Formats: sequence, structure tokens, C-alpha cells
Amino acid sequence: MLREGRPLSFYILAFVFTLYVLFLYGPMLAIYVLSFQGPEGGLTFPMNGVSLTWFAKLFGGGGIVDIGAAFWRSLKLGLVVMMITVVFSVAAGMAFRKRFAGSAFLFYTAIASLIVPSIITSLGIALEFRVLDDAVKLHAADWGFAKLAEEWTTGMGLFTSGLGAHLTWTLPFGLLIMFAIFNRFDGRLEEAARDLGATPWQTFRHVVLPIILPSVVGIGLFGFTLSWDELARSSQAIGSVNTLPLELQGLTTTVTKPDIYALGTVTSAVSFLVIFAALYAIRLLQKRQERQGSDAGSGLV
Amino acid sequence: MALRDKPSQFVAWLQAGPMMLVFLVFFLVPLAFVIIVSFWDYNEYEMIPSFTTRGYVETFEGCLAQLPDLCTILKTYLKTLKLCFLVWLITLVIGFTVAYFLAFHIRSKTWQIALSLICTIPFWTSNVIRMIAWIPLLGRNGLVNSGLVKAGVIDKPLEWLLYSEFAVVLALVHLFTFFMVVPIFNSMIRIDKRLIEAAYDAGATGFQTLTNVIIPLAKPGIVIGSIFVITIVMGDFVTIGVMGGQQIAAAGKIIETRLNALQFPAAAANAVILLGITFMIIAMLSRLVDVRKEL
Repeated sequence: MLREGRPLSFYILAFVFTLYVLFLYGPMLAIYVLSFQGPEGGLTFPMNGVSLTWFAKLFGGGGIVDIGAAFWRSLKLGLVVMMITVVFSVAAGMAFRKRFAGSAFLFYTAIASLIVPSIITSLGIALEFRVLDDAVKLHAADWGFAKLAEEWTTGMGLFTSGLGAHLTWTLPFGLLIMFAIFNRFDGRLEEAARDLGATPWQTFRHVVLPIILPSVVGIGLFGFTLSWDELARSSQAIGSVNTLPLELQGLTTTVTKPDIYALGTVTSAVSFLVIFAALYAIRLLQKRQERQGSDAGSGLV
Repeated sequence: MALRDKPSQFVAWLQAGPMMLVFLVFFLVPLAFVIIVSFWDYNEYEMIPSFTTRGYVETFEGCLAQLPDLCTILKTYLKTLKLCFLVWLITLVIGFTVAYFLAFHIRSKTWQIALSLICTIPFWTSNVIRMIAWIPLLGRNGLVNSGLVKAGVIDKPLEWLLYSEFAVVLALVHLFTFFMVVPIFNSMIRIDKRLIEAAYDAGATGFQTLTNVIIPLAKPGIVIGSIFVITIVMGDFVTIGVMGGQQIAAAGKIIETRLNALQFPAAAANAVILLGITFMIIAMLSRLVDVRKEL
């Protein structure tokens, strides 16, 4: 295979690869197309006219669920998850470059969080908050918060249990990406900064961060999109309000019209927007790096 | 040295602390609660904190009496394992082939990145959307059925295409092959190309090179990918619910059903059983490779 020309196996594998890509994208394209069905169209081909009816219906309200509200909830949650994932992952990634007590424990916890079936994590968080709720209702008065004990319904919510559930899914990815980054990071750059008298913070701010920034954008991309599309971990842990994927799952059993495809198209569009914005940012940052890196040798002698 | 170590330890803890705290509050403590609550009692509307094995006993109710026939719960686990095995096998074959093509046949770095991105992008789209995407293709009046009918292959639409085990396996493969491709690809690009050249020079056939050189060296990736796919499929309840038309029983579905009935201790007991089985599989797999070394 390292010889001149392409062996037969290349063409066979290229064909298999093409089939795989078709398999990946084909079904998704089908629903994107079908979401533009005419008003009389149903859930299957052939198309019955072309229109924006189903999108209008989605955002016009009056549907089965309030899609608009769920959309903004998911977006807000996704952004918060993204920011926390970036900050905590970068910080922890820095920590792992030193040897510290408990590093193996944190590493295996992160891996375990990634591979313990989502429904178990979700169930655990739900149970934790239930026990917490009961404790507050029972004991808040004793602790001198009588008003709290009366008004307390649940501690579960989008930005408590829901946020936590999403973070158990995004942080392991963030940490693994940080490992990949620092595996090929040249430590001598930091040494040079230190030798020039930079404080640890200055070293991080002006040397390390600009170099790792493209990959940090990648962590943000993972954080947002994993949260935006997350379902299994939120299913029990989010309380009474639903995110967009949960609404979507609820719709699969009840809706028989292409609204659901329109909703699918809209959520995919947001995912794609974020992916391409992130890729563009990464490309831009890498370009800037190349430009700035190149003047290292070409400066004044 | 000792003087320098102390503050750097402190800084490291400060840096790793926030992540540790999140895992503690939202993963480790909840996991402990699952185990504790699985031994609690319950009635129709609340859980009662007193020790009992009722959750476990009721799960396996009548299993001994029914032997040698399998009771519902054992049948369900057997079916889950069967689905898991099928999905694992298919994703492994596809994942290995795709990773092999990307790692060994694509020579330019740019093309390698572009093609891997093409494989990655769908991973960032909602699983539910990727599931319902099969409906217009596999449904009773879907593209596949109407195509086959028009071509005269069958006279009436196939019923088993959608809301069946077939649909579940298809959707799971569609959703999770990515988790197989990435780790295998990562191990493969680290293989020194000269080893393959050497095998070739020593007279190995393509197949011998594959089985004696490439597969052993790509083993870590294969194991990591397998762990991902197996744990996801073992715990899945969304895909099995949507694609199985809510008709197929599986380990994750049992937990979900119990939860919907608000039988938390029973759900927790089933979660502990599922966790035990999943960890047994992972323990067997991770004996083959040191996961930490491979990162």
C-alpha cells in the first residue's frame, strides 16, 4: 500500500467508505427535505408540494408543546454548560500536567462518568434531589428557615440538577481533549516565559492560552452541542421543565405530521451553525498563530 | 524540591477542584444513592428508608420456580445482551474498515481531516432526530417499502422494517459507529508505517499483515471503542423505545418503566444490576489493555 499507484483495495475501501457516509447522511437528509412538505403532506415521500407551513406552525405556537420556550431553555443551558466545561476542563487539564495526589482518582472518576449508562447517572441525581427535598421539608424549620420549609417544592431544575447532569457528560470529553492538547505541548515555551520573569498567570495568559486556544474552542463546541442534544441524562434529572430533545422525544409517540421533522431541521440547523462557527474560529486562531509564530525567526537579528 | 512541591500541589488541587466537585456532587454521590436506595422499601407514592431486599427480590420473582424456562427479567437481559452483541459486531466491522481506510489509504493530511470531520458531524446532531430520520425510509409507506413494491420484489409492504429489533439495531449502529471509528483511527495513525513495509518485505500477504501487525497494534483502540459502544447500548432506553415502537423490553427500559411508575427503589435495584453487568464486561475488556496508557 506504500507503493506507487493505488491498489485495488483502495477502491474497494473507498466504495465502502462512501456507502458509510451515505448511510450516515441519507436518513437525515430525508427529514430535512420532508420538513418542507406542503400543507397536505404527510410523514413520507413523495413530497406533496413545497412550503414552510410546518416551520410556521412550530413557531406560531398553539402546537402540542411550547417549542419556543423549550428552544430558549436548551440554548441558555447549552451556553452555561459550554462555559463551565471550558473553564473547568482547562483548569483540570493544567492540574494534570503536575503530579498531584488524587489525580488517578479524578481520572478514573471522569472515565467512569463517561461509561456508566446515562440512565443510572440520571436516576442517581433524581434520587439525590428527592432526598434533599425531603430533608429540607422536614428539617428546614428546625434550622430556623420556617418560610423555606413551607415554600420548598423541589431543588431540581434546569440550572441545578439539569446542569449537573449535563456536566457529568461534557466534562470527561473536555478533560480527554485537554490530555490530547498537552500531549503535544512544548513545555520549553513556558520555561522560556518563566526565565524572562513572567508570573505563572502571565505565562498562562500570554503563552499557554494563545497556543491551546484553537483546541479550547473545540472543547466549547463539544460542551455546547453535547448539552444541546442531550437526552438520556436529562430524562429523570431535569425536573418539571423540558429541554428541546426531551420535547422532541415526547413528540415521537404522538405527532403524525411533519412538525416533528421541522423541529428536527431547526435543532440540526443550530447544531450545524455552532459546529461551523467553531470550526471557523479554530481556523482563524490557527492562522493567527501561524502568522505570529512565523516572525520568531525573521525578526531583527 | 520539597519546598517547591507544596505550593504546586496546592495550585493543582485548586485547578482540579472544580471538576472534582462536580463529579462528587453529580456523579459519585448520586451513584451512592442509587445503591443505597436500591435497598429501601417503597409504597405507591413514596420511598421508605428502611433496609429491605424487596427491589431485588421482586425483580427476580418466580425465576427459580420457572426454571429451566427463563423468567421475564432473564429473557430481557438476554435480549439486551443479544442486541448489544449485534450492535458491537457491526459497529466494529464498519468502524475498523472506515478507520483503516482513513488511516492507511488517505495520504494527505488535509483529506484525512476533512473525511474524519464528515464522519464526526452527524455525531453532533440530536440522537432523536437521527432516529426519526429512519421513519420516512423504513415506514410502511416509506421509501424502502414503496421502492421494493414498485420493483416487484415484494407484493405487500414489509412490516418488520420499522418498530422492530431490526430497526433498533440499525439505529444504534447509525448513532454509535462514530464511537468505534475515532479510537481505532487514533491507534492506527500511531502505527509506524515501516512495520507494515517490513511485513511486506518479509513476504507477508495483505491478510497476514492485517492479522499479525495491524490488528494487534490497533487493539487498544478496538477495546476503547468496544467499551463505549457496549456501555451505551446496555443502558440505552431512548433508541430502543423510539425504534422499537415502545414494544421491546431491554435493561434500560425496565429502569425507565419503574421510574415512570415512581417505584424508585425498584428502579435503583435494576440500575445496580445493570451497572454490575456493565462493569463485568468492562473489566473483562480492560484486562486486554491499559486504558490510561493509551491516552
